[in-house]
Amino acid sequence: MAAPRSAVLNKQQREALVDPLFNNNPIALQVLGICSALAVTTKLETALVMSAALTAVLCGSNVAVSLIRNYIPSSIRIVVQLTIIASLVIITDQVLKAFLFDVSKQLSVFVGLIITNCIVMGRAEAYAMQNGPVLSFFDAVGNSLGYSLVLIIVAFFRELLGGGKLLGVQLLPLYTEGGWYNPNGLMVLAPGAFFIIGFLIWGLRTWKPEQVEAY
Amino acid sequence: MQPSTGYTIGFAAAVCVVCSIFVSGSAVALKDRQEQNKVLDRQKKVLAVSGLIEDGASPSPEEVQKIFDERIKAVAVDMETDKVTDAVDVATYDQRKADKDPALSIEVEANKAKVTRMAKVSTVYHVVDEAGNVEQIILPIRGPGLWSTLRGYLSVQSDGNTVQGITFYEHAETPGLGGEVDNPGWKAGWKGRKVYDDQGDVALEVIKGKAGPPSEEPFQIDGLSGATITANGVTHTLDFWLGEQGFKPYLENFRSGGA
Repeated sequence: MAAPRSAVLNKQQREALVDPLFNNNPIALQVLGICSALAVTTKLETALVMSAALTAVLCGSNVAVSLIRNYIPSSIRIVVQLTIIASLVIITDQVLKAFLFDVSKQLSVFVGLIITNCIVMGRAEAYAMQNGPVLSFFDAVGNSLGYSLVLIIVAFFRELLGGGKLLGVQLLPLYTEGGWYNPNGLMVLAPGAFFIIGFLIWGLRTWKPEQVEAY
Repeated sequence: MQPSTGYTIGFAAAVCVVCSIFVSGSAVALKDRQEQNKVLDRQKKVLAVSGLIEDGASPSPEEVQKIFDERIKAVAVDMETDKVTDAVDVATYDQRKADKDPALSIEVEANKAKVTRMAKVSTVYHVVDEAGNVEQIILPIRGPGLWSTLRGYLSVQSDGNTVQGITFYEHAETPGLGGEVDNPGWKAGWKGRKVYDDQGDVALEVIKGKAGPPSEEPFQIDGLSGATITANGVTHTLDFWLGEQGFKPYLENFRSGGA
């Protein structure tokens, strides 16, 4: 502890937290977790709950893996990580079923599929195995926020353009119900999410040209 | 240094034990709440399919209970005699268990709804008015989708032919595609359609594309774009459960006053 702590978080922690938002966004830069980003973003509500579920699982798994990182035999480390992640996902699913029954029904299999979400395993293997629990926690929060940010942006546009609603509240009156807005059916289908994510990546890489891969 | 085999196995075992304690702990601790949610959800679906509450509305659990107690009467139907029976207590009867129990279920002929066994006794809901007259009959249905078995209710009016509504309380179809069976707009298209044609065969089916109004196309239901397998599954489900092996004989008995 040589340098006095100038802020609440030190530099490393801040980087772990903020980096995944724009500089190293798991969806926009690493293009991970696309499956769920397409599936649960037709509505803002499901996207929010999915983000919360992923945040809970990722924080739990990163901290747990980081705590035992020095004891995990390297030959079975992936299996151990998966076991921890799978357990956390099942617990999350149980909690959702008990307290947010309707939303959990809409999310159906996708909560379970967090197990196979590359972001969670990627962070456990690439970060939590090398860093302490506190840093790993910040890394998890940062990556969850990065994931959530993209999910929420995508869901915002899909629900608004696809159904004229936000969080179930009708904002743009539909012409079928006497209003003026003709909903864009493409947005409700999975390709709509591809377009929005594509635009997001385009925008992000125009803003930060260093993210463009070299050919 | 490579850890010893014994350490590795011991570590794996320890992780498994700790994880399983957490998983089973959460499952046991939350079970009651989940069961309550399921029962409430089921009651809500029954009320929604009969039009007693608006589809997608979220009344309080007490309201649901109240309307359910006042307007819904559960009866047990013997699937062999096709009459109402009092062989089981509908309040505690677990049809889902009975569907699989060899002693409580019967084998059915091969069918496209992929039903192999069904319970001898089936819970059916009657919607009654204040005088006790039956207005609607709500039949439990189940059949295959793309990923999962769809379980739900079909409500027919007391003529045993006109559809009041359909709803699914359990399925795991792709959200946005097969999952559109939950879309209130799609479900609204069922109201007023007819089940049986002049020969008494099940004619109701999910078509491709859009169906006309019930007066012109009484047997057609809007298709689900991008979800052909789910849509076909729904058609097969109707075929089976409204057919000879399903509830058709019961509906006939009901109409003639013999149930």
